[in-house]
Amino acid sequence: MAAAPGPPAESPETLDEVLLPLNPVEAGLPGSGPIARAFRRIERGADRVFGEHDNPLRQLGGLGFYLFWLIALTGIYLYVFYETSVDGAHASVERLTHEQWWAGGVMRSLHRYASDAFVAVIGLHLLRELAYGRFRGFRWYSWVSGVPTLWLAIASGVVGYWLVWDSVAQFVAIATAEWFGVLPGFGPELVRNFIEPEAVSDRLFSLLIFLHIGLPLALLLVMWAHLQRLTRPRSNASRAVAAWTLASLTAVSFVAPALSGLPADLQRVAAVVPIDWFYLAPLPVIYAMSPEFVWIMAVGVTLLLAALPLFSRQPRPAAVRVDPAHCNGCTRCFADCPYAAIAMAPHPGGRGQIAVVDEDRCAACGICSGACPSAMPFRSGERLVSGIDLPWLTVGDLRDRLDAAIAAGAPSGGAPIVVFACQRGAGLGSEAPAGVIGLGMPCAGFLPPSFVDYSLRSGALGVVVAACPGDDCEYRFGERWTVARLAGTREPRLRASADARRLVVLHAAREDRAGLIAGIDEFRAKLEQLEPANARETADD
Amino acid sequence: MTERMLRYGGQVVLYGLFAVFVGYFSTSPAYQHLEPDQALLRLSFRHAGQIAGECRTRSAEELAKLPPQLRAERDCPRERSPVHVRVELDGELLYDERFAPAGLRRDGAASAYRRLPIPAGEHHLRVQLNDDVKVDGFNHSGERRLTLEPGQVVLIDFIADKGGVIIR
Repeated sequence: MAAAPGPPAESPETLDEVLLPLNPVEAGLPGSGPIARAFRRIERGADRVFGEHDNPLRQLGGLGFYLFWLIALTGIYLYVFYETSVDGAHASVERLTHEQWWAGGVMRSLHRYASDAFVAVIGLHLLRELAYGRFRGFRWYSWVSGVPTLWLAIASGVVGYWLVWDSVAQFVAIATAEWFGVLPGFGPELVRNFIEPEAVSDRLFSLLIFLHIGLPLALLLVMWAHLQRLTRPRSNASRAVAAWTLASLTAVSFVAPALSGLPADLQRVAAVVPIDWFYLAPLPVIYAMSPEFVWIMAVGVTLLLAALPLFSRQPRPAAVRVDPAHCNGCTRCFADCPYAAIAMAPHPGGRGQIAVVDEDRCAACGICSGACPSAMPFRSGERLVSGIDLPWLTVGDLRDRLDAAIAAGAPSGGAPIVVFACQRGAGLGSEAPAGVIGLGMPCAGFLPPSFVDYSLRSGALGVVVAACPGDDCEYRFGERWTVARLAGTREPRLRASADARRLVVLHAAREDRAGLIAGIDEFRAKLEQLEPANARETADD
Repeated sequence: MTERMLRYGGQVVLYGLFAVFVGYFSTSPAYQHLEPDQALLRLSFRHAGQIAGECRTRSAEELAKLPPQLRAERDCPRERSPVHVRVELDGELLYDERFAPAGLRRDGAASAYRRLPIPAGEHHLRVQLNDDVKVDGFNHSGERRLTLEPGQVVLIDFIADKGGVIIR
């Protein structure tokens, strides 16, 4: 997927727009619709209850992995006692459920309920990313590779229901055979395998076990592939989320243990079937509508989801570019890129290494620009050129605009407060408050820490870095790396000589502009109590 | 402290609701697959109908022109007859359908599967089947008096070398 050329950096109007401290709604960015707003509202509300880092809605992918392993562990225990035969299948599950209810019974119920929760979490994860517009551009691979996980999970679970070989299993077996029977290659005779007692043999259960292990392994492979374009992917839930989830699923296992129906009897059919709607919901639709209708819906929805990235009207911003003359191969951009878009290769000049950008993976977030040691505004030279830069918003552009704004002075007179605002967060709008110079950036991580020091030395009263709340970061690590860089715990560090009292990082989500402005006002009040800032210092200092 | 307690309380409530959601939809609401007073007829067979056209006997000259391995005396068209099934319950027509043979040349077996819910109780079931276009009406039939409990399944099959129509 080729990247569209970004806005030309030479055009002052375009650059003005690029640097406006807007929020995503004002900028018309994806993920600003009413469904996304509702999701965010729910997430913000849940933050208050769970805390941001332990909010399960913010770690649905990791929670999915956790549930997968919980299902796998409980499944291994069940497999030890399961008998793969017509006569043994139901009897062995019954023994497991009743004779060791305190272990096998609980394990069976946990296996069932964790599987149900798994489908719910995958569905919610899909809806959330869809609502936030996270299927476009550089995210196309993660989106497309995520679509099959839902079907593989459902297929794994459906086969699991056959294994019990009770009245539900009988319904599932026949309904599934009727469903597949309309496909060319299977035919109506498929169902003959399940309507006569003599047609069902022990080998069927060996095949089912093979599928019940093989399909989850295929699912795990797809889940692994799903994470391949992420650096440090979250493949587990936080401790609190894991503990609470396990506790709640264990509680429901005791209150409503999973039980079998009567043994399968192919000469009878159960009038009422207590089906698991997380897995078996398509089967009643076969009878309410038709098997063909369910196929059309299933294939249609799958293809539509998989093709969604193609329908995106949002042009992709141009990817970052590496300048071989200024890249010293320090690997900081490589370490900080959230999407594994940067690799290191031998430098064409024969000295060390150079960063190489995979344009298809690049989010154009600029986090790598903020990591580059050559993005140093104190460097002399008419143009500030960095080792790795967004072509439509270079660190040189940022320095020039900052210089011009400080030289022009704050609208209210006096030393201004410079606000570097993430355009995915609250922003300040097109008109910054009095005494404030607002500069928007694609992500807080775009800001090289030296710009804080540079702003103060250039005459700013103070510097505000307005970032999204940590787990809200559109580009995963922008806030985390920025805070660490400014705190001096991650390269590139803010110089120790910078007056840390004149710097504040304010976290404000896109809906919380009032909070950001209140934070700036509070910061201003603190700054006014400090001794006057040193006279404007030159870059030579 | 109060805020912390409230947060923990909130977590208990929300995780509890999640557990209730999972636990409920894991088995409920139950799906009504069949009305409580219904039994089920399943019609299922796989049967190759009779050859649809006329066979003829090849002459000695014709046989001589053929490669040795293809010198079959009878020359028959490949297309087979569709299988026509009629099911009557208590003298009334319940179901009537014609199943086409499989294959592009219509030379394969016809396959069928249908589920036909019927009221439980006593019934007289009559199944008629035609697998030969050259025969008017039906050339196979089977009938049986049944006393069906709710949920009982009756299978209607057709196996030519086991007497044709099978009701069990």
